[in-house]
Amino acid sequence: MSRTVLEKIWDDHVLARRGEDEYLLYVDRHLTHEVTSPIAFEGLRARGRRVRRPDLTFALMDHNVPTVDRALSVRDEHSREQMRALARNAMEFSITLFDYFSPWQGIVHVVGPELGLTLPGITIVCGDSHTSTHGALGALAFGIGTSEGEHVFATQTVWLRKPRQMEVVLEGRFQGYATPKDAILYVIRELGTGGMIGHATEFRGEAVKSVGVEERMTLCNMAIEGGARTAIVEPDDKVYRYLEGAPYAPSGEDWEEAKRYWDTLKTDGGARFDRSYRLNVSKLEPQITWGTNPAMCIGVSESVPDPKEVEDQTQRRMVERALSYMGLKPGQRIEGTPIDAVFIGSCTNARLSDLVMVARLVKGRKVSPDVRAMIVPGSMLVKRRAERMGLHRIFMESGFEWRNSGCSMCIAMNEDRLGPGERGVLTSNRNFENRAGPGSRVHLASPLTAAASALEGKIADPRNFDLVSLDELELEWVSPWVERNILEPLRGG
Amino acid sequence: MPEPVRRVFGKAAPLEMDDVDTDQIIPAQFLKVLTRKGLGKYLFYRWRYDENGRPREGFILDRPEFRDSVILVAGRNFGIGSSRENAVWALMDFGIKCVIASSFGDIFYGNSVKNGLLCIRLDDETVRRLRVEASKGNLTLDIDVESEMIRLPSGEVLRFRLEPNVKSWLLEGLDEIEATFRDHGEKIREYEAKMKSFKIPRRAVLPTE
Ligand code: SF4
Repeated sequence: MSRTVLEKIWDDHVLARRGEDEYLLYVDRHLTHEVTSPIAFEGLRARGRRVRRPDLTFALMDHNVPTVDRALSVRDEHSREQMRALARNAMEFSITLFDYFSPWQGIVHVVGPELGLTLPGITIVCGDSHTSTHGALGALAFGIGTSEGEHVFATQTVWLRKPRQMEVVLEGRFQGYATPKDAILYVIRELGTGGMIGHATEFRGEAVKSVGVEERMTLCNMAIEGGARTAIVEPDDKVYRYLEGAPYAPSGEDWEEAKRYWDTLKTDGGARFDRSYRLNVSKLEPQITWGTNPAMCIGVSESVPDPKEVEDQTQRRMVERALSYMGLKPGQRIEGTPIDAVFIGSCTNARLSDLVMVARLVKGRKVSPDVRAMIVPGSMLVKRRAERMGLHRIFMESGFEWRNSGCSMCIAMNEDRLGPGERGVLTSNRNFENRAGPGSRVHLASPLTAAASALEGKIADPRNFDLVSLDELELEWVSPWVERNILEPLRGG
Repeated sequence: MPEPVRRVFGKAAPLEMDDVDTDQIIPAQFLKVLTRKGLGKYLFYRWRYDENGRPREGFILDRPEFRDSVILVAGRNFGIGSSRENAVWALMDFGIKCVIASSFGDIFYGNSVKNGLLCIRLDDETVRRLRVEASKGNLTLDIDVESEMIRLPSGEVLRFRLEPNVKSWLLEGLDEIEATFRDHGEKIREYEAKMKSFKIPRRAVLPTE
């Protein structure tokens, strides 16, 4: 029978079934962070249970961590306590921890792939909704709650309802200034925040094949904002090259065996999808959100909606409420709206390829004096690689702050935030009310649109700026890994 | 381990909104906790309190006629967004025992079941009608999990449907970890015995790149 890539991995991990559609899956990798884990560990302790497979479990700190100098103490008492609790729990339950001071620390969805903890064909869970990101490497990855996390700690298994299958086919090629971030924003705008509820989304098509692994992560990351249960891309050579030699990736005979298995992880020709959505990305314009959920989105040259033109009553009230929260006038053009801050970061868009794109736009230009602009690399490894390449100098000369890694302004659990009423263009994935701090006004966009807005001091169309070529960046150092996985895909290879 | 949930009886409050995300149910700053108790005071915090922590006027659950509500009637896509189980804990700590909506965020729904918060899906039209009724301030619903029925004061009965395993879960409130080991422990050991070695992370010596 024809199966999708997701179904193949699913079938390889099902141990049992209960009721109509709940299945017990073995978990090959359990990632955990400081925010959603303490109560799960507490539950284990209360009943004298242990972590069944500490060798398959990895913990790290990302949500609470300050992004300023690591030598300074963590000022927020509650953050500090949560970080300490994770350190204690990791020690007690013998779990590898990438803590605040580790050179491998970073956002869980950036660190997993770059260290080779994420592999094609394995199941991954994490107490974090954006776990779908790992699907970009061909893993079956699910965000879970804290009670489920406790169950995984104890049993190394998880009960899941089998998601329905959806395909999002991106046809054509990304041109110029349109990026995968713009594509996924557009898809969510079309399908709504609940459009993919109950579904696992497979991203397919020429546009998906043609971009690098990191850009596929952006797609899978944000599928969650369309309600998807998870997302996946068929693994291919690009994924193998991304992982080869990574610290935790298999090596030697294991690597060869793994590749033989991974080669079977393709969606069969006759596989059936419950839903299908197609988009040709070649004429896509850069997208930006105007409202308080990711579906409230328009092209950067368009105008925000006018509630008078919305027929459905509940919808109209939501548009009114969003406009008033965001401080925008009905029907106004979005471009040119003055901003206070720009944040380039998060598990959506803070990988090396994102930073290279930003450098291509900002090199030799200056951030507007009215704007606080910060770049928060997705991991400390991303940061080190960027610094070896000399990207940080380009950013700092332009007037960006160059920070240490963490979730930062994406969730504002540390000190990086927007003040009440402040407006920011962020490369993260959620623009909910108060997300970046109480009263914050968040516009989601691609790194290029965010960078252009930082330069102009207002929401800007990146097409107004010429990009310098990769050669003109005059990178100081490029490793073979960077050449293969970052520069080659950006050259369109 | 949740208590069994057989019946929910009490006042319903309407929440006239679609797409209520878990960031709104409980903001991130209240995720910095090490216990699940006492989160009710932060429920819908930004809608109930201003930037300086002073109560705002008029949020539905703070109005005298709704303060003792145990049922929340929302709209579409309730509980989308973050996986934070704190959203469920906050609702329950506040006293909410059941949420009625036309659809739920997947992770929120799963979290609710594990904690014994009853989530009922009804069609858009019925949910809207219940909200209108509830907004009058005296809609008392009698919800029976076993028979999957909601009884309205008028005597009208609405039927809903729970997946059988969700239902038995609610009715029995069992220790899932123990149940998994009891029923499937052998399967878990079998998988582990046959697990391909490439799936097990090598013990990495992290390079200095
Ligand atoms: S960067 Fe934002 S979305 Fe990603 S894991 Fe951190 S808080 Fe969640």
